[in-house]
Amino acid sequence: MSTEKIIMAGFGGQGVMSMGQLLTYAGMIENKQVSWLPSYGPEMRGGTANCSVIVSDSLIGSPIITQDATAVIVMNLPSLIKFEKNLRANGRVLINSSLIEKKAERQDVEDYYIPANEIANEIGNLRVANMVMLGAYLELTKAVSVDSVIEAFKKVYGAGKEHLIPLNKEALERGAAVVRG
Amino acid sequence: MTRILMKGNEAIGAAAIKAGCRYFFGYPITPQNELPEFMSKEMPKVDGVYVQAESEVAAINMVYGAAGTGARVMTSSSSPGIALKQEGITYIAGAELPCVIVNISRGGPGLGGIQPSQADYFQSTRGGGNGDYRLLVYAPASLQEAVDLVIEAFDAADYYRNPVMVIGDGMIGQMMEPVEFREPATKRELPTKDWATTGTNSSRKPNIINSLALDPEELEKHNIKLDKKYKEMEEKEVRYEMYKMEDAEVVMVAYGTTARIAKNAVDALEKEGIKVGLIRPITLWPFPYKAFKEIPATAKALLSVEMSMGQMIDDVKIANEGRLPVEFYGRAGGMIPTPEAIAAKVKDILGGAK
Amino acid sequence: MTVVFEKTQGLTDKQFHYCPGCTHGVIHRLVAEVLEELGVIGKTVGVAPVGCSVLAYDYFNCDMHEASHGRAPAVATGIKRVLPEHVVFTYQGDGDLASIGTAEIIHAAHRSEKFTTIFVNNAIYGMTGGQMAPTTLIGQKTTTSQEGRKQELTGMPLRISEMMATIDGAVFVERVSVHDVPHIRKAKKAIKKAFEIQLEGKGFGIVEVLSTCPTNWGITPVDSLKWLEENMIPYYPLGNFRTPEEGK
Repeated sequence: MSTEKIIMAGFGGQGVMSMGQLLTYAGMIENKQVSWLPSYGPEMRGGTANCSVIVSDSLIGSPIITQDATAVIVMNLPSLIKFEKNLRANGRVLINSSLIEKKAERQDVEDYYIPANEIANEIGNLRVANMVMLGAYLELTKAVSVDSVIEAFKKVYGAGKEHLIPLNKEALERGAAVVRG
Repeated sequence: MTRILMKGNEAIGAAAIKAGCRYFFGYPITPQNELPEFMSKEMPKVDGVYVQAESEVAAINMVYGAAGTGARVMTSSSSPGIALKQEGITYIAGAELPCVIVNISRGGPGLGGIQPSQADYFQSTRGGGNGDYRLLVYAPASLQEAVDLVIEAFDAADYYRNPVMVIGDGMIGQMMEPVEFREPATKRELPTKDWATTGTNSSRKPNIINSLALDPEELEKHNIKLDKKYKEMEEKEVRYEMYKMEDAEVVMVAYGTTARIAKNAVDALEKEGIKVGLIRPITLWPFPYKAFKEIPATAKALLSVEMSMGQMIDDVKIANEGRLPVEFYGRAGGMIPTPEAIAAKVKDILGGAK
Repeated sequence: MTVVFEKTQGLTDKQFHYCPGCTHGVIHRLVAEVLEELGVIGKTVGVAPVGCSVLAYDYFNCDMHEASHGRAPAVATGIKRVLPEHVVFTYQGDGDLASIGTAEIIHAAHRSEKFTTIFVNNAIYGMTGGQMAPTTLIGQKTTTSQEGRKQELTGMPLRISEMMATIDGAVFVERVSVHDVPHIRKAKKAIKKAFEIQLEGKGFGIVEVLSTCPTNWGITPVDSLKWLEENMIPYYPLGNFRTPEEGK
C-alpha cells in the first residue's frame, strides 16, 4: 500500500464518522501517516455526514480528497450520487446495497455491493452496519489489519465497550466475506 | 513520546494545558466549539478554571483580568467572535499582558459561513483593534505544528508581555491527526511577573494594569517602547518553510492548510516536469519578508494562494519589492482550492510568461 | 500634638481630580476605609472603569486594573477566578455599568462571581461632558436631552438595583446615598457588608450609591445634594433589596 484516500459518507447516525476514526486510529497504530477530516456544520445534525481519511506510508499533503479518492464507501443514495465522481480511475466504490438500489455509473471504477444493514441485523445490531462496510473495505485493500482496527476500537471506546468487540469483529468478518468472492 | 490521535480543537486545548494554561474563557461559535468543550472537561482535572462567558467581549475581558494577575490564560473563537474580541485585544496589548488567543477562522464578512477560510489575515496581522500594536501570529499547517506552536505561544507571550494569536482555519480545528506533546523548540529566559496584580501584601507599592495615558508625551513614549518590542519580534520571531525552491520557475506563497494543498500541487507539477517552489509563512506577523531574498534566479513569477479574495498578497507584494509579477489564486466563503486548480493556474502563468 | 483625624491607608496621597462638590471623593473614601477596617488592602485588587472614576487606579492604595468601558465585571471575573482568596471589587459609574456594561454586570451577578461592585449613579455621563445616561431622570436636561429627557423618546430611567434583585446570584443588593452625614454612615455600612459577604464567599454583591454631578447638573454642590435628595431618591428608593440570610 502506498496511499489510501477514502471518502466515507452516509446519513448522520450511520456511524460514518466513527468508521473513519477507527481506520485512522488503526493506521496510526501501524505507524502510518494518517489524517481524518470531517464535514461539519448543520448537516451533522441529522442530514448527510462524510469524512475523508488518508492512510499513507509517506507524509500526507492536504487532508482534503478532491478527484483522487482511492475508495468511496457510501451508506446511502445521496452519498453515492455526491461522491462517485471523486474516485480516481480504477478506484473502488463500496455501496451499501441494503439502502441503495442504484448501481455505480462510472465504468472505470470497481464497484462492490454489500447488504450492510441486512448483515448487521442478522448478527443482532443494526448499528454495526458501518463495520460491515469497513470489513469489506479492509478485505479489498489491506489498508490496515483487522487486529489494528480492534486495537483502535479499544482505545477509542475504552473498557466500557469491550463487550461489543466480538460483535464488531463478526461484522468486519461478514463484510469481508461478501467481497472475498 | 507516544502519538495520540486527536481532533484539532482538542489538541490545541491539550497543548495549552500542557503549557501551563489553567484559565480559559470561552464562548460557543462554530467551528471551534470542541475547544471550549474540551477545556470545560479538562480544566477542573488540573485545578484550572473554565468559564463560559456571556459574550466574546466578556471572554476577552476576563482574559484581560486573569492575565493581569500573571496567570497563563487563553481564549478561543472564530472570525466574527474574534472581531468582537478586538477591543480586549488592543487593551491587553496596550497594557502589555501575555495571553494566547486562538482563531479557528471561517468565511466572512459578517456572519459569513462556518466552512474554512483565511479571510482574517488582515484582521490578525493589521490590528483589528485601535492603536499601534502588533500580535505575534502563528499559522500552523498541521495538528502537530498547531500543538507545538500553542505550547510555544505561551512562552512567547510571557517573554514579550504581548498577546499571541494562533490562527487555523476550520480544517485545523476539525480534522484529526496524530500529535505528540513536546517541549517548545525555542528555550526562552522568561522574566518574572513582578508587574502582576496579586495584592501588595502591604509590602510594595500597588501594581497598576493600565492602557490609559492622557499625557501625549507619556503615551508617545509608551508607543515607542511597544514599537521596540515589535522590532525585536521582527528580528527574532520570523518563521517560514521553503519547499522545493531549487530552480523553481514559479514560487507559490501559501500558509496554513492551503499550504498543504499547494504542496500537493507542487508535487503533481514536478511529476510533469514543471518546477514550482513554495514559501510557507509560519508566522503571519512578523511576515517572512526575508524568505523572498532566497528566491532563485529561475523564478518568473510569484503566486499567492489563499482561502480569501487576496489578503496576504499585500505582504507578498511588499516582500517582492517589485521584482517579479505577483499573481493570485484564491477561493473564498468556505470553498477550498484544489491542487488541480492551483496547478492549472501555475501552467496558465507559465504559458503567459513564455 | 494629638492626631484627631488621619487619612485612611486605603487611599494613596494622590490628589483627586474630581470636580468641587462631586461625591466620588466621599465614596472612594468609604470604600478605602472599609478595606482598611477589614484589613484586606494588601490582598485587594480593584477594577477601575471608564468614566469620571477612570483614574481611580491612582487613588486606591491597592493593586488596580483599568478596564475598558463597561467590562469591569468581566475583568474582575478573570481576576477573582485566578485569585479566589483575594478581595476584588469594581468601581463603576452609570454610563459604564447601566449602559454599555449591562451584559457584563448582569452575567457577573448571574454567575454569582464572588466580588463586590460599587455602582455610582449620578444620572449623567460626567467624564464626556454631561450626556444623558440610562439613569437620567425624566425632564432632566443633559447635552443630549437638551429639553429634558422625554419618556416617549428615550424610555424611563433604568433602576439597576431593582433589576439586580431579580437575579438569584446577586446575593447582596442595596441602594444608598451620600447626600448627608447620616446617609454617608449608612452607605459605609452597606459597603462594608458587601465586602464581608465577599470574604465569606457567599456570592456577588452590589451597592448602588446615589451621587452628585454639580458640574454637569449645572448647580452648586449644596444644591446638588438637595437635588439628589428631592429628585433621585423618590425614583430610586433607598434600601436593601437582597441580603443573605444569617448563618447561611
